[in-house]
Amino acid sequence: MYSQGLIGADSSTTESEEFLALFQARIDREEKIEPNDPMPEGYRRTLVRQIGQHAHSEIVGMLPEGNWITRAPSLRRKIALLAKVQDEGGHGLYLYSAAETLGVSREQMTAELLSGKAKYSSIFNYPTLTWADIGAIGWLVDGAAIMNQIPLCRCSYGPYARAMIRVCKEESFHQRQGYEIMMALARGSDEQKEMAQDALNRWWWPSLMMFGPHDSESAHGEQSMAWKIKRFSNDELRQKFITATVPQAEFIGLTVPDPELKWNEETKLYDHGEIDWAEFKAVVSGNGMMNRDRIRDRTKAHDDGAWVREAALAHAAKRAARQPIPQEAAE
Amino acid sequence: MATAQARAAPAGDDAAFRALLEIADDCLILGHRLSEWCGHAPSLEEDLALANMGLDLLGQARALYAHLGEIEGKGRSEDDLAFLRRERDYVNCLLVERKNGDFAVTMARQLYFAAFMQPFWRAVAATSTDAALAGIAAKAEKEMAYHLRHAGEWVIRLGDGTEESAARMQAAVDELHRYTGEMFLASPARARAIADGLLPDAGSLRPEWERTIATVFAEADLTAPEVRSAQKGGRDGIHGEDMGHLLAELQFMQRAYPGQAW
Repeated sequence: MYSQGLIGADSSTTESEEFLALFQARIDREEKIEPNDPMPEGYRRTLVRQIGQHAHSEIVGMLPEGNWITRAPSLRRKIALLAKVQDEGGHGLYLYSAAETLGVSREQMTAELLSGKAKYSSIFNYPTLTWADIGAIGWLVDGAAIMNQIPLCRCSYGPYARAMIRVCKEESFHQRQGYEIMMALARGSDEQKEMAQDALNRWWWPSLMMFGPHDSESAHGEQSMAWKIKRFSNDELRQKFITATVPQAEFIGLTVPDPELKWNEETKLYDHGEIDWAEFKAVVSGNGMMNRDRIRDRTKAHDDGAWVREAALAHAAKRAARQPIPQEAAE
Repeated sequence: MATAQARAAPAGDDAAFRALLEIADDCLILGHRLSEWCGHAPSLEEDLALANMGLDLLGQARALYAHLGEIEGKGRSEDDLAFLRRERDYVNCLLVERKNGDFAVTMARQLYFAAFMQPFWRAVAATSTDAALAGIAAKAEKEMAYHLRHAGEWVIRLGDGTEESAARMQAAVDELHRYTGEMFLASPARARAIADGLLPDAGSLRPEWERTIATVFAEADLTAPEVRSAQKGGRDGIHGEDMGHLLAELQFMQRAYPGQAW
């Protein structure tokens, strides 16, 4: 789920004008770039960073939702949530594999996540306080992710684009599942309605932040657009999300927590209040409520699992040593 | 199922309910334990596998509770049965409620359970007089065959891996082996269900289980400890102290917001 407007990619590149022009011509012809094709270093670096952030977001995103698996309110919800979080892990796996085609290993990327060098979507640095948060995350966070990711199915880099096709199908299912949780609450008891509204109040603004800074503040957007890694600007995607989501909230009788939200007949879009960018910057730079907890949990899982991974390698080596070498292979 | 109700006498139905509840609770509690790993496993691949096994077991529990609701005929839903009983009324065996511990403990627990449940479900599918149950069993057997293979492979990898993994794997086996005997015991209700042809005799499956475990342990270089006093109690609702905490989480929403639909 959850790619975010890319945080801090450096797309500068040093190839000759001629090389860059030939590459751009391929992009302009909508040819897919494949792992062994020549590509500018900046293109490779931008993709590694973007796919890495995306993969990390999937993995860290397992934690806030995982927080409710053992407390889900019914067997049906418990199974659906466990399956959903498992899907996120699966997305992480495809994405790390896509990034590996660009010459960076999962171990390297994991080390960068745990050291704080690599970023992940800031949305996961908020806590999940009630069951309704599980509905809100599916509906809003996966909903925002879909807005970001549908265009990525046409990304110029082949392995990433192909991974996104499957990811988007699953995200779309998650989004409907989340909305269905919210609908059940919104049509339930007063307590349940209150729980749903409270979750919307807390997740709305962070969901809008998922699209990244305003276009005017987004330093590397233009190069990514030219290379067709990105196809829409942060603000365009954010607007699409708002336009799709506000009527969904109205339909189930919930109120979007933005007093300035108003349909604009001229632009056919919603005008909305300003996002609290100071909060966004604080969370991205590590000062959200859950930043330290998330990294601590990932680090603990990684460290606690080290002996298991070592044992698997040691056993595989012993096995290989016990196997007689086939004659053909030895020759 | 209507057919099951028509076929069995009330006393038989009570026994059937109680005997199947043991199995449903085993699946629920172990599925819950496996779900606790989600997001915290030693590798991403294993995160997916543990979730998968948890999903299988929770799915089996769900099918069994729904069936139990029909056998009982008092209008209790799958969720009423799964979430709204007192601790003393859960009749899972002690093995499945044991805490996850390290990955070696989780894999030992899974091996022990799957090595029993796979042949158990196979026998249910082949012999049960309850057609609906036989249907649940046919699907569950395939799932448990995967659990057995997956857990067996890990027990071998860890037992025959590094010095540390071998020590941890042996410690896990030493700890859990004492809980395995309970799987083969027949409560009075279970004995009645066996006599009625609803369930196979778990005790008769013990030699196959012993062979499976011995084969895995031989390859993993593990020694099954001698068990002087096997632990039991779960089938009578006497659980370890961790069980109450598990239920506190499992039941939290149903207890905090009674009578609501989710």
